[in-house]
Amino acid sequence: MATLESPAAVALMEAPAAAGHRPAVEVAHLRKTYGTLVAVDDVSFTVAEGEIFGILGPNGAGKTTAIECAIGLRRPDAGTIRLLGLDPHADPHQVHEIVGVQLQSGALPAKLRVGEILEEYRSFYRDPADVDELLDVLGLAAKRGDYYRSLSGGQRQRLSIALALIGRPRIAVLDEMTTGLDPQARRDTWELIEQIRDRGVTIVLVTHFMEEAERLCDRVALIDHGRVVALDTPARLATQARGGKTVRFLPSAPFEDRLLTGLPEVSWVEREGQHVVVTGTGELVNAVILALHTAGVTARDVQLDSSNLEDAFVKLTGKNLHTEGVLA
Amino acid sequence: MSAFGQVVRNEARLVRRQPTNMIGSIGLPVVLMIIFGELPSFRQHISVLGGLPLFDTYVPIIMVLGLTMLTLLGLPSPLVSYRELGILRRLSTTPVPPSWLLAAQVVVQLCIALAGLAIGGLFALGLLIAALAPTANSVNAIGRLTLIPLLFFAGLWLPRPLMPAVLLDISNYTPLGAAVEAIQGSVQTGFPPATPLLVLAGYALVFAYLARRFFRWE
Repeated sequence: MATLESPAAVALMEAPAAAGHRPAVEVAHLRKTYGTLVAVDDVSFTVAEGEIFGILGPNGAGKTTAIECAIGLRRPDAGTIRLLGLDPHADPHQVHEIVGVQLQSGALPAKLRVGEILEEYRSFYRDPADVDELLDVLGLAAKRGDYYRSLSGGQRQRLSIALALIGRPRIAVLDEMTTGLDPQARRDTWELIEQIRDRGVTIVLVTHFMEEAERLCDRVALIDHGRVVALDTPARLATQARGGKTVRFLPSAPFEDRLLTGLPEVSWVEREGQHVVVTGTGELVNAVILALHTAGVTARDVQLDSSNLEDAFVKLTGKNLHTEGVLA
Repeated sequence: MSAFGQVVRNEARLVRRQPTNMIGSIGLPVVLMIIFGELPSFRQHISVLGGLPLFDTYVPIIMVLGLTMLTLLGLPSPLVSYRELGILRRLSTTPVPPSWLLAAQVVVQLCIALAGLAIGGLFALGLLIAALAPTANSVNAIGRLTLIPLLFFAGLWLPRPLMPAVLLDISNYTPLGAAVEAIQGSVQTGFPPATPLLVLAGYALVFAYLARRFFRWE
């Protein structure tokens, strides 16, 4: 996608002027059950206009169900939903005009051409984007005359994103938008999403990619077992997860934990074989090295870890996203 | 073009690009008619049928067979695959209801049925000429003589919208005029009009009957 910065990209994504300070998405006490299975249990969140909001969680956590209720595809058992003030179940037509959706694993007819598909979906909206410009922005311009079945996984994914954006939505809901993309295409897509947001479009992103959430999202809701277990900026979630930073080192001589646990910067001390792992806040490294020095101990092989969103996720859900999350 | 027109257009493209069902629905009846027509037992006049050959009673049955293939295979199979592919779900997130796809399919399949009837009617007309023409040379002459008025009433020289009322009325009841009217009506309203369909079906039956009646094997 070499054309991301093109004037076409700018023209395409000019969103209508923001309407006051009304939140783009309001979900309150959403609940959805299938028989005895509680898929979504009292989920609430608010997304401000122009925000990139992430919904993160392992498969089966209820992310997709929550999103499908929010956009009016499923009727929740309880709770209220407002998209720019509209109720998707009372006002589906209006909501579909202003909300662009890219659903997980949606295919298209094998023997339609890219341009034909976009022209068809374009005709559904009152004020649609230009097909050529959109193709340009998504790096599909050369594929306009190609059959859907001849597209690569990444190209299909980008076409799917194009269909979510063809109606020039005020809110774009993207479910696992970069799944199946190679790393370069994924980064290009992130850049595109940021550009769309910069034009005032609110973006709700369902993902299980930590890197994606950390890089893109202003705020993230961690969902597990149908509940929101945490909701904050990626950085703050990460900090909360371990209560700060971690220093890992190999001491030159044995020492007692008390030497470090007494320091105000240190939260706790753990031993991992020969290594010592110290968790704390502030000027942790300096404090630890200095304390060791006064006791005549040198720290070798020093590693400083800032915890990330993934740590937060593991801590909050007790699950590793890349094993249980993806495979479960 | 309207949104519904766009949906119909893409459905028609898909049928054209994956023509298996369409060919079966139109081709099988034609093949069956030829085979049945060749069978001596089908040519015998049967008294319980009022002295008609058995073949004649099979003409409407075979035509219904083709229409049934369209409705039982041609219509549901794309719709089921759209559900599998998630296309209906995707559509339900747009301002257009997924039921439009169903309606578009009905329109496209009706157009195929209509094309089948038109082909059936013209086929039967060809057979009638074969039945009436005494020599191979006269086939050419009769064929050309028939072709020119048919094409005239289809609007080849004077497009139908420009025809005076009388000519247009006549045109509506010629095989090609009816076919053009049916296609035009389908495109404009999204639904094929009934009258030209009946006209085409009528021609198919009448020509087939006459061809059977007058055809000589020697």
